[in-house]
Amino acid sequence: MANLTIRNLKKVFEGIEIIKGIDLDIKDHEFVVFVGPSGCGKSTLLRLIAGLEEVTSGHIHLDDKEITDMAPAKRDLAMVFQTYALYPHMSVKKNMSFALDLAGVAKSEVESKVSEAARILELDHLLERKPKALSGGQRQRVAIGRAIVRQPKIFLFDEPLSNLDAALRVQMRLELARLHQELNATMIYVTHDQVEAMTLADKVVVLNGGNIEQVGSPLELYRHPVNQFVAGFIGTPKMAFLNAQVKASDAASVTVALDSGPVYTLPLDGRTVKVGDVVTFGVRPEHIQVADAGVSEFSVKLDVTEHLGADTYCYVKAPNGETLTVRASGDYMGRYGQEVSLVPELAHCHLFDAEGRAIPKPGAPAQAA
Amino acid sequence: MLSLKQTRHLRTVLIGSLAWLVALAIFFPIFWMLLTSFKTEIDAFTSPPQLFFAPTLENYIHIDERSDYFHYAWNSVVVSFGSTFIGMLLAVPAAYSMAFFETKRTKNTLLWMLSTKMLPPVGVLVPIYLLFKDFGLLDTKLGLVIIYTLINLPIMVWMVYTYFKEIPKDILEAARLDGATPGQEIYRVLLPIAKGGLASTILLSLILSWNEAFWSLNLTASGAAPLTALVASYSSPEGLFWAKLSAVSTLACAPILIFGWLSQKQLVRGLSFGAVK
Repeated sequence: MANLTIRNLKKVFEGIEIIKGIDLDIKDHEFVVFVGPSGCGKSTLLRLIAGLEEVTSGHIHLDDKEITDMAPAKRDLAMVFQTYALYPHMSVKKNMSFALDLAGVAKSEVESKVSEAARILELDHLLERKPKALSGGQRQRVAIGRAIVRQPKIFLFDEPLSNLDAALRVQMRLELARLHQELNATMIYVTHDQVEAMTLADKVVVLNGGNIEQVGSPLELYRHPVNQFVAGFIGTPKMAFLNAQVKASDAASVTVALDSGPVYTLPLDGRTVKVGDVVTFGVRPEHIQVADAGVSEFSVKLDVTEHLGADTYCYVKAPNGETLTVRASGDYMGRYGQEVSLVPELAHCHLFDAEGRAIPKPGAPAQAA
Repeated sequence: MLSLKQTRHLRTVLIGSLAWLVALAIFFPIFWMLLTSFKTEIDAFTSPPQLFFAPTLENYIHIDERSDYFHYAWNSVVVSFGSTFIGMLLAVPAAYSMAFFETKRTKNTLLWMLSTKMLPPVGVLVPIYLLFKDFGLLDTKLGLVIIYTLINLPIMVWMVYTYFKEIPKDILEAARLDGATPGQEIYRVLLPIAKGGLASTILLSLILSWNEAFWSLNLTASGAAPLTALVASYSSPEGLFWAKLSAVSTLACAPILIFGWLSQKQLVRGLSFGAVK
């Protein structure tokens, strides 16, 4: 069992509130990812859970046990650091068995646990080496192995892949996902990379400025971001935001006029906005089609196009100077400066009010931020 | 015109010669001291100085008759090793807390500690002499150990602090999560990683204590006098005996020179710890 409960957790450092009262529940076997821009408090939150930082106020419970002020070692958590933090003077084997040796576990048991972890991580042939004789990916695996042998209740990962090169990062990401399945463990993972968050997580926690913006499955965050921050943070390339004004609204639809010209009616619950309100219209690159000039009322000028093979990203400029990104098919050929028109899929577009809150879909329960 | 290769070659030769020149200039006094120690007093005074002469051991025999070399050498060993041991015992925890639990005042504390080295020792000679007298520490090895520990401690803390600073905090945090107590964290993780730096700190402290003369001359008479005091006793008011003085100086320098030579690899590695990685 490993259910982590965090209640009204605050951290103040030198007079600055870094974590501003966080409530969060993490269930057994869940893979939870903390994601957010740098300085959002995600690493601090992880270190508070680990016990490496002192909690200013609030409570952390692991199952029925309060661990808020407990020493790190007693919490039954293991952490994998961004810098791997291997003991440079110990062999791979010693690195992995250190915790067990300290705990006074019997030699034969240490031996079997280390070789089991080495087998899972394919480190068998490296056990006698020192960390400096290993590659970045191997070091990372040793750091994970060091966590595995302890069979902790929760694994904590602090940006574990950010020191690896791009190709290795993808490979280790897959290995981590597989490891989560194999060990059936509870994992908390911190990253600034929303792709890692989307691909690994059962549950994503989006943090910003010491607050939780939204908690949900990757697809929930993608489809129903509760505010403009989450909408802009999740998804690549980013969602485009265009200024607009409400022209009409009721419980099932909102009609807005974009500053760049076109008027759209979206299937949203418009009871929270009124005519004349300034809103933001959000649309993802994959939810717009490029068409020849004059096909729709939304006419724009092509800026640069990027050919990625399968897809083509077109950067376009609206008449009022707003820019947005559009994903077109791989064989789309547009000329720089060409006049085209855009056709957004209105069912997948979003509206945000002046405070950045999402205007909900009809019938959807109002989501708390 | 010289080709690029020739220019490079010439530069290597020039830098090499310069290094040799500097090394010889540093070594020359030691060489001359060694040479003089095997001369008769007459030869030692001859002008111009002679490079070739009939060597004699009479100075060493004279020293052996007049004073108990091993008494002084033993005192030197006890006070330098004693003060280094106690100094490390204090410097390691101090540097540990400053390097890994840094506060806003840490930098100032370090600077303040170092600033005590800027005070001329003679300025505090009288108060320290009186304190030593009251506590019965005059002419005792314990007294010298205390004063050497105190004068070397700022440098030791600084050095150990610098080496500890190079060790990523994450490694200690990993040990903490692995269940290490603060003692195990220091003893099983921190010290083994920093051993190169610690060794050079120990070496430096030994050398500084061994060579210290001001306090040993003023605070000891004969009982606890180390080798530096023995050397001083040979510059007597009856006149200068260059050969004997050279012989006793050679005897005083020899142990630490041999010790330094044996550990020079460690010393160089430790002193260039941060530079080459």
